[in-house]
Amino acid sequence: MKRRDFLKSVSGLAAGAALPAMPSSISTAYADARSETLLIVSEGGPNNLDIHGVGTNVPGYEVSWNCYDRLISHEMKSGPGGVPYYDRDKFKGELAEEFKIDDKSVTFKLRKNAKFHDGAPVTAKDVKWSLDRAVSVGGFPTFQMSAGSLTKPEQFVVIDDHTVRVDFLKKDRLTIPDLAVIVPCIVNSELVKKHASEKDPWGLEYTKQQTAGSGAYKVVKWTAGTEVIMERNDDWVCGPLPKIKRVIWRMVPQAGNRRALLERGDADISYELPNKDFQEMKANGKLNVVSLPFSNGIQYIGMNVTKPPFDNPKVRQAVAYALPYQKIMDAVMFGLANPMFGAPKDKPTEVAWPQPHKYNTDMDKAKALLAEAGYAGGFETTISFDLNFAGVNEPLCVLVQESLAQIGIKTTINKVPGANWRTELNKKEMPLFTNVFSGWLDYPEYFFYWCYHGNNSVFNTMSYKSAEMDKLIDGARTAAAAGDKAAYDADVKGFVDLAFTDIPRIPLYQPFVNVAMQKNVSGYQYWFHRRLDYRAMAKG
Amino acid sequence: MLTMIGKRLMFAIPSLIGVVIVTFLLTRALPGDPAAYFAGPAATKEAVEQIRKKLGLDKPLIEQFFRYTNDLAHGDFGNSLTTGQPVAAEIRNRLPASAELTLLGLIVSVVIAIPLGVLAATRPGSWIDHLCRVTTTAGVSLPVFFTGLVLVYVFYFRLGWSPAPLGRLDVFYSAPPTVTGFYLIDTLIARDFEAFRSALSQLILPATTLAIFSLAPIARMTRASMLAVLASEFVRTARASGLSPATVIVTYAFRNAMLPVITTLSMVFSFLLGANVLVEKVFAWPGIGSYAVEALISSDFAPVQGFVLTMAVMYVLLNLIIDILYGVIDPRVRLEG
Repeated sequence: MKRRDFLKSVSGLAAGAALPAMPSSISTAYADARSETLLIVSEGGPNNLDIHGVGTNVPGYEVSWNCYDRLISHEMKSGPGGVPYYDRDKFKGELAEEFKIDDKSVTFKLRKNAKFHDGAPVTAKDVKWSLDRAVSVGGFPTFQMSAGSLTKPEQFVVIDDHTVRVDFLKKDRLTIPDLAVIVPCIVNSELVKKHASEKDPWGLEYTKQQTAGSGAYKVVKWTAGTEVIMERNDDWVCGPLPKIKRVIWRMVPQAGNRRALLERGDADISYELPNKDFQEMKANGKLNVVSLPFSNGIQYIGMNVTKPPFDNPKVRQAVAYALPYQKIMDAVMFGLANPMFGAPKDKPTEVAWPQPHKYNTDMDKAKALLAEAGYAGGFETTISFDLNFAGVNEPLCVLVQESLAQIGIKTTINKVPGANWRTELNKKEMPLFTNVFSGWLDYPEYFFYWCYHGNNSVFNTMSYKSAEMDKLIDGARTAAAAGDKAAYDADVKGFVDLAFTDIPRIPLYQPFVNVAMQKNVSGYQYWFHRRLDYRAMAKG
Repeated sequence: MLTMIGKRLMFAIPSLIGVVIVTFLLTRALPGDPAAYFAGPAATKEAVEQIRKKLGLDKPLIEQFFRYTNDLAHGDFGNSLTTGQPVAAEIRNRLPASAELTLLGLIVSVVIAIPLGVLAATRPGSWIDHLCRVTTTAGVSLPVFFTGLVLVYVFYFRLGWSPAPLGRLDVFYSAPPTVTGFYLIDTLIARDFEAFRSALSQLILPATTLAIFSLAPIARMTRASMLAVLASEFVRTARASGLSPATVIVTYAFRNAMLPVITTLSMVFSFLLGANVLVEKVFAWPGIGSYAVEALISSDFAPVQGFVLTMAVMYVLLNLIIDILYGVIDPRVRLEG
């Protein structure tokens, strides 16, 4: 206790202000509690404890991940810098003891000793009910399930009490990975059904407020917007018993205070801090700072290709040559990102995503291209960004504005409040904007299917349509399902090349997920959802 | 007295009805689409429509309004979408947090500001008058979040005297059973002195921040109104009659100078209650201001309406209390009223 040491030395002067100093009798208990408790501070907290709920936010996913089990999960491998990183291609059973995949279906054998938090055994009935729920409730969960061609309750078949079969609708490489994301979590069906009503057949109101799973943790107290307290489920059988007994997750809106809490040693772990803070904390070495690239994620500048002037590929290329890539890396990201620009001219395209494009800041080339396109005098436009991520977006847009002005493109910055951002994206009317997209499933064709395909999903923010692109993306998906590697490689290279020549969106960098923690906290793992997995963590 | 209270409450009804209508329309006029927001980043158009239907936002405005007023009449403020909780319960939990902080801040402020104002008025031009001017100017010109951050930086981060700015209690204490919702009182009722100490030490910095900010209007108003009263004839008469300076100042001058000060106090209180959002943000205080602002940012109608309505009711009650206090302090008001 530094506080007390300090007091001893300063004595009288400090006594008045030092009300909080604790008597020694409770401070031992306090120390014990601390060593088995993980104190997390973050900006936002969950709005719903169930990922199947209406509008569950991202912090809510973290609760679901730790308090519910899925049939299968990913193995870990060593990632960048030796940090454990989920292995995209390797799966292990979680609630399932074993699973067999054949051409038409996958069969799961459940662990016989798995129990829900209330003591009820986990049965095949619960699995079916939960998966039915995920594909039926609508909104995000149903949408995520459909990404792996899981759309109908008939696909989930109970064989016996501890065996479930999932039938494939069609051959899709994403079906198995989609069963390992957060959404297909297994819910205590008997318990939830008791609280369901005609208006709410899936009991969403009940699971919103409490966890009804079999996971390694359970929520014991939740005060929305203030704190979540989770306790270990000592009967958890789907993996080694976690070391952390209690997780206290407090919402601290002020980023500076979160940093102060970490540096004073009061909080154990935090994320969502400004890049500058992370960079400084990394430099001063008092804390462990882990920075890992978002899997399958890119921050980009998008252009609406349906309207002039950005309907002209020459104009888009001109913009791609005029962006201040390196300045953004240095002044906005403080180096905490992977550059996605300036690949060497002769570098062959890889079968991978994300990968850097070959544009670099070259004002002369940009001016020439703009003149060629018939805009030698430049033009005026607006650049929009999401205020929810203003910390990065605002300086980024200012730098872009400055750079574009040099080739005669005058831009006005349009700040869109977070609540409106999605509405604006959906309208597809913004001419120029910056945004991030990252996919849970780490496959190039998954990214391209959402962002470049002519079916024009929300994430094809540029309204880009090209028959050739569609053919390549669809080709890659079919080839992946059929296991035809040569065709797959050719198609992936094809769509990456096309995306870079047509350049409807200009990749800037692959952002990092940054987590700062005390030196005595270990076991951090990177997951596709980028939230914390408490099960592997330990203190001391 | 009772008829006066009754009359005042009657007058409040039309304004409350007005508040209900205006907040409803205003929240509906906010830009942004809650359905798109809550459908999540990966939603398709159909998903957004599904959510819209679930939230009842596809119905005509007038139907939504009648549903809303009907719910209000049953004491149901609706559900917040961002926190997922009933608004009425949230406000009930969060209002005491804000009120406790604001009241304490105001008490600290009054204890410093009123004597300072009185002393400054009795010795205009002296060092104490200058001190009063400097502190109040400094206090009001520093933005609250800045004062808050500086206090956290100095007293928590640098000196370590103050506990971590993590809300109302240290994380390892549990909240006392709710009686009043004020932790200082509830912990004493529960005889949990450790928790009381923790709650008090958590309160010191944010309350000081608020006090520094609200010193100015109170001290300046006290000084101005004291000066006016001290220059009036009855004070001269009292002095000429040979009454001691203390009697003149406290009994004759101060009591007469109280009215504008009370008015200022009520203004400052209601202003602080709504406007201490920034202090709440800095100290992770689970208060009502930060709740309303977060709801506003995410186009979450129900909490915004609930907040405005609660505030309106509080204003009405506060004005009523002030009017009654007037009568207590100054009998002339009673006669005229």
